[in-house]
Amino acid sequence: MTQATTIRSEKIAAGTEEADQRDVLEILAKHGDDQGGLIAILEEIQTRYGYLSEDALRTVADRTGRSLVDIYGVATFYHSFSLEPRGKHLVSVCLGTACHVRGAPMIAEEFERQLDIEPGETTPDKEFTLQTVNCLGACALGPIVVVDGHYFSNVKPTKVAGIIARTREGMDEIEVETDERVFPLEVNCSHCNHSLMDPTLLIDGLPSIRVTISFDNQHCRFNRSCLYGSFNIISQIDIPTDTVLYFFCPHCYAELVSASNCPECGAPMVPMVVRNGGMMQVCSRRGCKSHRLDLEGVHV
Amino acid sequence: MVNLTINGLDVSVEDGSTVLEAARFLGFPIPTLCHVDGLSSYGACRLCVVEIGEGPRAKLVSSCTYPAEEGLKVRTASARVIRARKMILELLLASCPQSKTIQDLAAAHDVRQQRFKQEYEDCILCGLCVRMCEEQMMAKAIGFRGRGEKRSIGTPFDIKSDVCRLCGACMYICPACQLRCTYNEPEKPICGACANLAPPCLEKDQFDDMMCYMDPCVACEIQKDK
Repeated sequence: MTQATTIRSEKIAAGTEEADQRDVLEILAKHGDDQGGLIAILEEIQTRYGYLSEDALRTVADRTGRSLVDIYGVATFYHSFSLEPRGKHLVSVCLGTACHVRGAPMIAEEFERQLDIEPGETTPDKEFTLQTVNCLGACALGPIVVVDGHYFSNVKPTKVAGIIARTREGMDEIEVETDERVFPLEVNCSHCNHSLMDPTLLIDGLPSIRVTISFDNQHCRFNRSCLYGSFNIISQIDIPTDTVLYFFCPHCYAELVSASNCPECGAPMVPMVVRNGGMMQVCSRRGCKSHRLDLEGVHV
Repeated sequence: MVNLTINGLDVSVEDGSTVLEAARFLGFPIPTLCHVDGLSSYGACRLCVVEIGEGPRAKLVSSCTYPAEEGLKVRTASARVIRARKMILELLLASCPQSKTIQDLAAAHDVRQQRFKQEYEDCILCGLCVRMCEEQMMAKAIGFRGRGEKRSIGTPFDIKSDVCRLCGACMYICPACQLRCTYNEPEKPICGACANLAPPCLEKDQFDDMMCYMDPCVACEIQKDK
């Protein structure tokens, strides 16, 4: 189990209000008097508890000197904030245009039927929260479903039961076995589906994955090994360890950023489409070795 | 001072003035709904559209938010402006036909009917009440929540706000719901606003989701006593 979820389940187990308030105060103290940090504060509280409680919002209002109305407005405006406690597993069904034409509404209906909840609701046993989202930026893989940060691509209504069953089993435990293996992957951009493979630059003796990165107002070409489990890279500019990088597709210039964050360090994950179906995600923080692979047909 | 031309007339106004202020200085009538003197400009209703620029680069802007610029050429009543204004009024009528303010504006601009699906919203999201609460009443008790079609105005968590003093300014300023707390008989109005033919307060069942910040609401209490 990851660090973030461990903390969260401890808090849920403890459940005392004072402990909750102390955490909120801690988060607020960390952000200091930075007036621009409201969304960052709310995001952190959301990650810690899984939702934004009324008490937490009131504390934020008191401490930051903003009015509760403004904070409530921000909290209800963004889709990623929830004011209701969410279930243990968050199921996001993409209903974006590309997924929609490939039958995503049927997938959403199937989840609704099997979990017996409407989108936005949580099952009575607090296991699943179902939500529909408008685009996950992985249109090439549609229809796409993301469960707790794991991508399920080309989902069909018949696969829904399998996804739910696998989620109940717990995905992180199974992940560990696959993570130890080292094997080459061929990946494409998750937006335009163009190949990211660069046969002109070999790393580990194999064609490398080429992307464009930016950090601190610098942009450069960045190649990394296509071996899953290898962390060899060649970058035009030296990158200091612990820098969070922004990854871009060299073909369509779209930013490669996943809806989920790294379970180890909290930086955004970078999604890439694996040829033959599936999704690889690597952490955008230099030096963080967190990575994740959701292959089509392997898990379901 | 900034010099600009409005409907062919030259005018110079102070720096920081809006096109609306300049036009009103010259006496050109521009209808407004979400703009009230004493509150900040918001540009929500778009009724105050004017045409700026010339030839193919002419465009429609909301005059209440557009700053007066040096050499700007403004037309406040061109055919394009009138057409846009009528369309906006039709859309307002389609969403909130029971509002006396909107009815009056529509009548004044010769809009007799609208061609869209009829709805009976009790809020047009003009933001007047939000600005009134914040800027004149210094309370910030109500604000916008949600977004898109779920956008609404109200207090956080839909419970009575700690900072609300029940001043009623939000209802006073509201162009859509100003009759919420008036009585249905013209001689017995509660708050002095004009009476409507269909007062929402007395047929509350149909308007169970109406936003009334008066807690307790005077009209509702009277109805209960009967």
